[in-house]
Amino acid sequence: MRRDVFQAIADPTRREIISLIAHQSLTPNLVADKFNMSRQAISKHMQILTECGLLTLNIQGREYYYSIQPKKLNEVYEWLEPLRELWDKRFNQLDQLLENKTTPKNQKL
Amino acid sequence: MTTKKRTMVTKDMANKKLFTVREFDAPREKVWEYWTKSSLLDLWWAPKPWKAMTKSMDFREGGLWFYCMAGPEGEQHCARLDYLTIDPGNSFTAQDSFCDEAGNKNADFSDVHWANRFYTTPTGTRVEVEMTFKDEADIAKILEMGFEGGFTMAHGNLDELLAK
Repeated sequence: MRRDVFQAIADPTRREIISLIAHQSLTPNLVADKFNMSRQAISKHMQILTECGLLTLNIQGREYYYSIQPKKLNEVYEWLEPLRELWDKRFNQLDQLLENKTTPKNQKL
Repeated sequence: MTTKKRTMVTKDMANKKLFTVREFDAPREKVWEYWTKSSLLDLWWAPKPWKAMTKSMDFREGGLWFYCMAGPEGEQHCARLDYLTIDPGNSFTAQDSFCDEAGNKNADFSDVHWANRFYTTPTGTRVEVEMTFKDEADIAKILEMGFEGGFTMAHGNLDELLAK
């Protein structure tokens, strides 16, 4: 399975976890309390988020806290770039065709 | 000598919309043809090294463009654009969806609504593509598909064409 920001945000529960932890660092139990879902399920989502690099686990005394990785989160906001590149490539190809004056005559329109 | 134009993409997450805007140095009628005739779409729709191949085209309200994009390693993604409204030369709206090689929609992806508008400018044509998603996760899924397709990898395409 792919482990990147897109995998991380593809699931609505994971997106909710991200916004919770973006506000403040939380222990796994505090996160699980917010959801009507088994602790195992939440724990699995947190594990995926950690593997995707969006969360880090810190130990403070006897407690484990999850905190957000702001730099990684930024990639979420930059997710448009690949789409822009796709359209850009497409449109550059179209430019080349539009510039080539012979193409339309050869095409049955 | 034409300068390379910038493709602008902006988002409106509250309304799950993405806007793409691009200018072309060509008259609106010509740009419109390239967007609506399958023989012309096949020439530019797939980012190289991918190739778009039309399976069927019926450009009218209620009709659809069914095509596949073939990758350099023989991989293939098929999609269909179901046309909703057409205002010839000015705009058209459509539902964009991934499908199998028989044209059946892929249930893992929800449709994306497209509104494409064409405007005459002093230097040519401005094209605006407005995509509306059902869910933000759909945007992520489509981007992921794009990554798999290697759409973002080959940057050299334009240079290659210019060198010819």
